[in-house]
Amino acid sequence: MRKISSKRRGLVLMALLVLLFVSAVLSAGVGAADVSPKEIIRVVLSHITGSSISGGSDAIIWNLRLPRIALALLVGASLATAGALMQSLFHNPMADPYVVGASSGAALGAVTVFALGIEISVLGLNAMCFAALLGGLFVSLLVYWLSRRGGRVPVGTLLLTGIAVGGIMQAFTTFILLQRPSSELREVVSWLMGSLANRDWPHVIALLPYTLLGLGVAMAWRKDLNILALGDETAHSLGVPLERTKVLLLLVASTLAAASVAVSGIIAFVGLIVPHLMRLLVGPNHRVLLPACVLGGGLILVWADVLARVIIPGGEVPIGIVTSVLGSLFFLYLLRSRDGKVF
Amino acid sequence: MTKPVLLADGLVGGYGGHNILRGVSLSLYPGEFLGIVGPNGSGKSTLLRALNGLLPLKGGSVMLAGRPLAEYTPRQQAAWIGTVPQISVPVFAFTVREVVEMGRHPHASRLNRPGGRDAEIVDRAIKLTDIAHLQDRTIDNLSSGELQRVTIARALAQEPRILLLDEPTAHLDIGHQMDIFNLLTRLSIEQNLAVLCVSHDLNLAAEYCRRLLLFSVGRIYMEGSPREVITEENLSAVYGTLVSVQSNPHSGQPMVLINRAYTPEEEL
Repeated sequence: MRKISSKRRGLVLMALLVLLFVSAVLSAGVGAADVSPKEIIRVVLSHITGSSISGGSDAIIWNLRLPRIALALLVGASLATAGALMQSLFHNPMADPYVVGASSGAALGAVTVFALGIEISVLGLNAMCFAALLGGLFVSLLVYWLSRRGGRVPVGTLLLTGIAVGGIMQAFTTFILLQRPSSELREVVSWLMGSLANRDWPHVIALLPYTLLGLGVAMAWRKDLNILALGDETAHSLGVPLERTKVLLLLVASTLAAASVAVSGIIAFVGLIVPHLMRLLVGPNHRVLLPACVLGGGLILVWADVLARVIIPGGEVPIGIVTSVLGSLFFLYLLRSRDGKVF
Repeated sequence: MTKPVLLADGLVGGYGGHNILRGVSLSLYPGEFLGIVGPNGSGKSTLLRALNGLLPLKGGSVMLAGRPLAEYTPRQQAAWIGTVPQISVPVFAFTVREVVEMGRHPHASRLNRPGGRDAEIVDRAIKLTDIAHLQDRTIDNLSSGELQRVTIARALAQEPRILLLDEPTAHLDIGHQMDIFNLLTRLSIEQNLAVLCVSHDLNLAAEYCRRLLLFSVGRIYMEGSPREVITEENLSAVYGTLVSVQSNPHSGQPMVLINRAYTPEEEL
């Protein structure tokens, strides 16, 4: 492969940004009631300028669809960034928050609190979201710690440990769910499968600081991420403090993933597919890859959510099902079409 | 006599309960090209990890420029020691230039973008290793020899005083092998770099290195000039096989000839 020129990298980022904006506006118009892009922009402008021209579509746009789109952008950006971080940390393009167990830990945390019926609010998150965050962080650290062998964390061991621990978490989650009355089950399972339905601005506000903090740290550590992608031994010989940096970045990635799970359930494959696609477009340098993942993750989740809304007329499919099906199909296609040499 | 820049004393260590290094002491001087030879699994690569501070030591110490290695931060250490590990298949498609630029990491700060001096040093490392024509290629499309030279260029971009190499000529043809050993000789002389090179190739090491360490089961079996180390007695003791050692008619250095233990009947 030849070098991807810096001009092309810039163009790709610009194109993603424009696409993202257009997609956000268009997707706000899709749903049970169709709204024109012009009307959408009018509603948004009226809220920004403070002039209250409340019309019939104002409530639908501002209270239902826009928070949902904003959430799709944040969750997409967070998951894609978390995936990019983990892939560099473990120098393995198959790593993502789901594989390392962060997502299943977050799910178990949330389901436990849900089953116990605790309703308090911590750090801007309700109890369920907070438990998801703790669960995600706890499991990623547990997996990391279990994989250590004589001061080293072999990547293969780590990924397999993640799968094993993730399996335990999922078993517990299912067990707890089956103890609940079936009337509750439907709601929780649909949350678990990943959903952006019925989310409001408070959800957006709750996720925003975690996303911003995570993206900020990731960007500040972009050089270390590049070097870590070459392997632990090389990273050490180039002066990256291995343990400290890996634990910090693992915490950041897990926080991004768990905070996303907290507000939207498990949306699989975004963390795996988006960084991969973006690497094909802009190359592996995190200076460009990270912004591309933020934009690309948002873009893909906005459209996955549109699909989730329209696939069954009058009903809704959990977005996690959409991303799982499309993500795995796309992944299989990549594996086959590029002769196994995927990355 | 100059002081050693790297000094290891009685290194003992390994993974789990098994000690791979069983008391290794060595000194490395500025401007010298030291070769380490020995059979598979005798602890040569583990020694490099110990000298890099990556091996948990159960005994002994490593001194870098007169100070214990453990007192250096990873970044400070990386400004002294450049390492060329055994090459592995690249996972991500960075460009050659991006990889060499990463060698500037120990001298960079988190916020500043690389400056003109960094670019000059990267250019020089690229020129020294003769990879200028490759700099825009991605590392997943290089031959082993090219990748090896990129890895050396990255280490040189660190501007180290010490260069540790782990079998830099494995998988290379004889032309590339000699290119790399010529380059290492030149760097040790022209830049006063202390070069420590693990090699499987006895002839190459005997020809280029002025001093050799022969490893056997976690210890140094013999240390000295190639003529002292590369002898039939030493090699048969350490490698457990019979070889002939002759003198290279051009350089006078020892050279190892293979004795075939089994001869097919028709050749008798």
